[in-house]
Amino acid sequence: MSERTTKVHLNREHCRKLLHQMLRIRRFEEKCAELYTQEKIRGFLHLYIGEEAVATGVMEALDPDDAVVATYREHGHALLKGVSADAIMAEMYGKQEGCSRGRGGSMHLFDAATRFYGGNAIVAGGLPIAVGLALADKLAGRDRVTACFFGEGAAAEGEFHESLNLAALWRLPVLFVCENNLFAMGTALELSESETDISAKAASYSMNSEAVDGMDVVAVEVASRRAVAAIRKTGAAHFLECRTYRFRAHSMYDPQLYRAKEEVEEWKDKGPILRFRKWALNAGGLREEDVEEVEAEVDREVAEAVAFAEAGTWEPVEDLMRDAGAEKRI
Amino acid sequence: MTTLTYREAMRGAIRKAMQEDDRVFLMGEDVGHYGGCYAVSKGLLDEFGPERIRDTPLSESGFTGAGIGAAMGGMRPIVEVMTCNFSLLSLDQIMNNAATIRHMSGGQFNVPVVIRMATGGGRQLAAQHSHSLEGWYAHIPGIRVLAPATVEDAAGMLGPALEDPDPVLIFENALLYNESADVAEPVEVDIDRAKIRREGSDLTLITYGGSLGKTLAAAEELGSAAISAEVIDLRVLRPLDDATILASLAKTRRCVIVDEGWRSGSLSAEIMARIVEQGFWNLDAPLLRVCSEEVPVPYAKHLEEAALPSIAKIVAAGLLAMGR
Repeated sequence: MSERTTKVHLNREHCRKLLHQMLRIRRFEEKCAELYTQEKIRGFLHLYIGEEAVATGVMEALDPDDAVVATYREHGHALLKGVSADAIMAEMYGKQEGCSRGRGGSMHLFDAATRFYGGNAIVAGGLPIAVGLALADKLAGRDRVTACFFGEGAAAEGEFHESLNLAALWRLPVLFVCENNLFAMGTALELSESETDISAKAASYSMNSEAVDGMDVVAVEVASRRAVAAIRKTGAAHFLECRTYRFRAHSMYDPQLYRAKEEVEEWKDKGPILRFRKWALNAGGLREEDVEEVEAEVDREVAEAVAFAEAGTWEPVEDLMRDAGAEKRI
Repeated sequence: MTTLTYREAMRGAIRKAMQEDDRVFLMGEDVGHYGGCYAVSKGLLDEFGPERIRDTPLSESGFTGAGIGAAMGGMRPIVEVMTCNFSLLSLDQIMNNAATIRHMSGGQFNVPVVIRMATGGGRQLAAQHSHSLEGWYAHIPGIRVLAPATVEDAAGMLGPALEDPDPVLIFENALLYNESADVAEPVEVDIDRAKIRREGSDLTLITYGGSLGKTLAAAEELGSAAISAEVIDLRVLRPLDDATILASLAKTRRCVIVDEGWRSGSLSAEIMARIVEQGFWNLDAPLLRVCSEEVPVPYAKHLEEAALPSIAKIVAAGLLAMGR
């Protein structure tokens, strides 16, 4: 592969982009939380705040034609894959201008144009889908990668092990990205796994596997670029465990009885945006005016998304059965 | 006219689909080197190679989900699950993904996968290899459920199933694999409609899959008692062809449903409910049904026979429906 895909050049433009992407997720979701308390957004809302470096770093390594399969904590992945903030916010509102026409909501964002395959709310249920997408690419001779995101809780599911085995056995171009935020909802990793090193489980399937600091966007990007380049070269699956932390509750209903406030505060001090901004400013990768401009751009994008969602329309109830099945066979 | 077994008919349908469309491939447990648990895919590995006749590990959920993903990626996979009891391990993928994704994605993605599996009892395989769970699957919106009961349907259902943009489940009653019949080429099967297998005027017998043979035999016996029984083979368990059922009932005004599933919450219950909703005023007698007894299917031959629908039970129900 070319150097373009394997090296990370931390020039001003790239630093600005990384900050911008992480902030897009952060501000978008902060707005979602606010809208949730106003009851504009209902149902479950799972925020990714604290974990932004993972989606940001991985997405830098993907091409537009690569596929992404994500979980119910996927607003950031959808945004960075290229789904518009407008369409995502409208979906959160349940409006028909939403990226899933209001049928999916927060947990089921989909977008065919950017090859964003959900929005899967059964833990580990997306892994076999990713295996299948990659199998289709292999059988059709297409040079594309499928990136599949999931939490460490998925490692307790059979589908995790079945999928890793299939992808390794059949040499399929899948990048498995484990977002290890240490809690499966409220159950700590050490309370649910006999082996808490998730990357070691993946390695046991004869798959290239590594763990990185998921709070460090540059580390994630470097590892992702290396992994994706290897996948494109060899066709073989790769596993990346990103060790991270969720700053907010599991969902809006979670009183967080299972962890200490101090622990959350300690992790916030190591937050990916705080850390990267501080480093980049010190290292000369970013200037104060860059940060201000990026903040302003993001605020504008989020405000426009809210306006778009507010102006959106409700699908007529008569259309309830639309897309329950195909109109006719082809 | 060619004489084929049900197994050969299904194999021929797979072969034809794979010859005509590069996107079609078969995957499942022992479909390749073993030749298929029921020998349906025997010889196909040599013909098409291991990429397209793909042996899988014992990972029902994983490979069914991979079939769903491959379908979303533009392929036309045929996934074989060894028996429908095992398909419960795939149920998450079938129910939560295959059946939901079109609607949940606002119509952006569809899942053109075909999932085949063996079903039914009668082979002394006891309670983990003998059940008929197709009625459960017929509960799920977003999928089509087919039950080929004849050699002709075994030959002709796969083609249109692969043309369906949505998931199709095909339930093959394992007792049928050795059945043989003459089949006229080309076979064209309508996977939207039930089929009347025997015309009659006094009584409608509704069935599908492995019970069709028993029901036709029962109809003959009833005929010798001067009862003219019509036999409907549902063929499509979802969506149900209400029109064919109600048209027959309008003529005969009496009905027995034969369903190898258990009685409670069964497909037969759904059919009865639809007849009552839409055809109540046409009825001259209570609706009756013959189902499997509400026990796990036992091993011992005499007990298994007692648990499943039988010709004698169907005849008895038919006589009762006629008030005899």
